Amino acid sequence: MDGRPNSDEILDLIFSSVASVLPGRDRLLTPGTRLLGSGAVLDSMGLVNVIVEVEQSLSEQFGVSCILADERAMSRERSPFRDIGSLAEYVMELVHGPSESTAE
Amino acid sequence: MGPPSQLRNSVVLITGTRKGIGRFLAGHFLRQGAHVEGCSRGPSGWEHPNYTHHLADVACEEDVLKMLASIRSRLGKLHILINNAGIASMNHSLLTPLESADRVMNTNFRGTFLMCREAAKLMRRERYGRIVNFSSVAVPMSLAGEAVYAASKGAIETLTRVLARELAEFGITCNAVGPAPIETDLIRGVPAEKIESIVQALAVRRLGTMEDVSNIVDFFVKPESGYITGQVIYMGGP
Repeated sequence: MDGRPNSDEILDLIFSSVASVLPGRDRLLTPGTRLLGSGAVLDSMGLVNVIVEVEQSLSEQFGVSCILADERAMSRERSPFRDIGSLAEYVMELVHGPSESTAE
Repeated sequence: MGPPSQLRNSVVLITGTRKGIGRFLAGHFLRQGAHVEGCSRGPSGWEHPNYTHHLADVACEEDVLKMLASIRSRLGKLHILINNAGIASMNHSLLTPLESADRVMNTNFRGTFLMCREAAKLMRRERYGRIVNFSSVAVPMSLAGEAVYAASKGAIETLTRVLARELAEFGITCNAVGPAPIETDLIRGVPAEKIESIVQALAVRRLGTMEDVSNIVDFFVKPESGYITGQVIYMGGP
């Protein structure tokens, strides 16, 4: 419960979170699926729901409490919320620290 | 999913339950069979089988996240949040230390914001929630000597109205109660003549009671009050 998730578990958790907001679209989701900007599969409230869902699932499934929409995320030139892959990298960084995650 | 059919099945989170209005409201909901979670910076000093106390500073993000994670893992839901915790600092603005201003804004505004944000994330799952914030008659009365306190409560009113719009799609209402002076520690340091002048300026010229507060809170948190949001109800007619 309090073991930190690995990169595959984080990616699965994000797929599930996006699918919960977009029912019936889960088979179409890939790491490259856009969450923000042109071509995004979500509207602005959809993105809010996904971010909150990822936070809540991290807490429930792995006992990890974190805030995804923090200053670090908001101040980056390239938003970590732009697609599923970048969000997974960002969550990995938050959970394990920058040195253990893939550099952006 | 959705609203509890009665208060008996509700999970209620109240901040500042060690004493005063928070403690009274905790007892009020416990008597009706609700499960109550409460918090304060120190131990509660009282117990009840359906009450869980958290040692938490509402202005500390880490404390708030920990408290909500505990509620999520143990109960999985939250129906009602009552943001009662608050502090006051009565002084002329020209004699108000910056540290006092920061402390009042931190507990009153920052604490209310953090609690609303994290509680709404949990309420969102059930597509149902009732949030009651605490303003004060000091806001509409623009009370001299209460500049920072009134400003912090004014900020809470604006927060309440904006959250009402942002959270409506999750089935969450957000309202505020504005108490008149009540016999609690909050006004203990205020000169009697100052309290009397406030009371004399109210439509109903008496001190407020805990029951006056719970009456308004009860209205806001009823399942039937889903169409009541973004409202502030003041006690006594300021």
